[in-house]
Amino acid sequence: MSIGAKSVSGTGFDVERARADFPILQQKVHGKPLVYLDNAATTQKPRAVIDAISRYYEGTNSNVHRGVHYLSELATAEYESVREAARRFLNAADHKEIIFVRGTTEAINLVAQSYGRAHVGAGDEILITEMEHHSNIVPWQILCRERGAALRVAPINDAGELDLEKFSTLLGPKTKLVAVTHVSNALGTINPIRKIVEMAHGAGAPVLVDGAQAAPHLKVDVQGLGCDFYALSGHKIYGPTGIGVLYGKTALLEKMPPYQGGGDMIMSVTFEKTVYNRLPYKFEAGTPDIAGVIGLGAALNYLTYLGIEQIGAHEHEVVRYATSAVSAIPGVRLIGTAKEKAGVVSFTLGDVHPHDIGTILDREGVAIRTGHHCSQPVMQHFGVEATARASFALYNTKEEVDALVRAIEKVRKVFA
Amino acid sequence: MSDLRDLYQEVILEHSKAPRNYRELPAANHKAEGFNPLCGDRFTVYVTMDGDAIKDISFQGSGCAISKASASMMTQIVKGKSTAEAEKLFDSFHKLVTGHASANGEAELGKLAVFSGVSEYPARVKCATLAWHTLHAALEGKQETTTE
Repeated sequence: MSIGAKSVSGTGFDVERARADFPILQQKVHGKPLVYLDNAATTQKPRAVIDAISRYYEGTNSNVHRGVHYLSELATAEYESVREAARRFLNAADHKEIIFVRGTTEAINLVAQSYGRAHVGAGDEILITEMEHHSNIVPWQILCRERGAALRVAPINDAGELDLEKFSTLLGPKTKLVAVTHVSNALGTINPIRKIVEMAHGAGAPVLVDGAQAAPHLKVDVQGLGCDFYALSGHKIYGPTGIGVLYGKTALLEKMPPYQGGGDMIMSVTFEKTVYNRLPYKFEAGTPDIAGVIGLGAALNYLTYLGIEQIGAHEHEVVRYATSAVSAIPGVRLIGTAKEKAGVVSFTLGDVHPHDIGTILDREGVAIRTGHHCSQPVMQHFGVEATARASFALYNTKEEVDALVRAIEKVRKVFA
Repeated sequence: MSDLRDLYQEVILEHSKAPRNYRELPAANHKAEGFNPLCGDRFTVYVTMDGDAIKDISFQGSGCAISKASASMMTQIVKGKSTAEAEKLFDSFHKLVTGHASANGEAELGKLAVFSGVSEYPARVKCATLAWHTLHAALEGKQETTTE
């Protein structure tokens, strides 16, 4: 199965050159070249990101928004320049709409706790989908329990696509918010966000989009999508862990109460009364992850330099190749066969438990994720406990897909 | 592939495909459910105690080859043993799969020595010990346990 395997893909994207940017990819695992296919969990970091973090700690380290001294001004300028880079990356209207958070999970919790507490009451409804990651389920369950609201779930079909008709019937005057993933982490399904937003807005409900799995693969344009909130994680777009972005429309953010109290989020404090800071600082209490933000900035630069459309086209070709090669293996059942997919090939192999697949693949140097992928309702839909998931990034090649296929053949041999 | 065979020994593969004592035990007077939240492995262990002796034992559930084979072979070795003997076997088994086995412990484990390869795969220790944790919970009268 090594037809058409070559390093410069048909898209013209120079994958070998990009691979050289990632120091970790040069290593061997159990004596075999590392084939890293667990990118939906976290991506590897290019030299530019690693260096930016070191450079910050070696030359710029200082607290932001406080000092009048040289280093603090440097650090603040660099920190704020990343906010502008993130605005450009998402095509937000204003840099005030970019809030730095720990990651997608914190972004969703922020909206649930701040927007949710202010706008959701007894008898109201939050609408999510059956394909959500636990991080886009549990914060809403907590909110609904607190407020006496109800969580509604729009179903998916057996290809792993959202049932838009059922979705529309679940929308109504009680719907106070729609929370939906842009790309499913377990299935790879790309949701038609623009259409979903149109339908939700028609019912008067704002939309939060979980963009954790979309941002690495697709050009995200929050104004084009029309969504009200968009959440993403830095570590899934080649940046460091512990940093992410929440985009929110100014009009909504202005009306929301703070999420956490502390330094930096205030204008003035007396024991009688505190005046909150303006956007976006109202939502950034305490000393932020400055190094993380600067690392994220380097990742955004790197993605912009390579071109997200070029990356997406290259990945699409590798994923298509992987889908056909893996599904040709006897006993393989693909989980998630949506027409529009990005980044993920999720599968089961006969009676072999995904954990056993994962262990055997690991000995061949192939790193994949096995388990329920923090999406147990998706597993329940397909009647499986777990799947094996190969997930792809800009540096993956067709040769690596061939190594994956050989490793799966080894699993079949062990369990013959 | 020799190192993989250390983990996936023939006996283990055979037990995972045809687990022994894989059924519900209607007469069970002790029962517990074991769950590994990381991977979703889930087993129910049924025990019929006669005084302090494990008169009968069975299990049901789903999991990987290691966890299923371990559950199967556990039911074989503890049948007829006292609670204290079963707990001592658990202790020896735990030492075996974490690479701290003693000569004495290995001798009493008999066939279960095939699980020694697990010690080279730290991520799989919980798979090998899930059934044992569940048995321990059942004997203590708890309804459920997790490996977390």
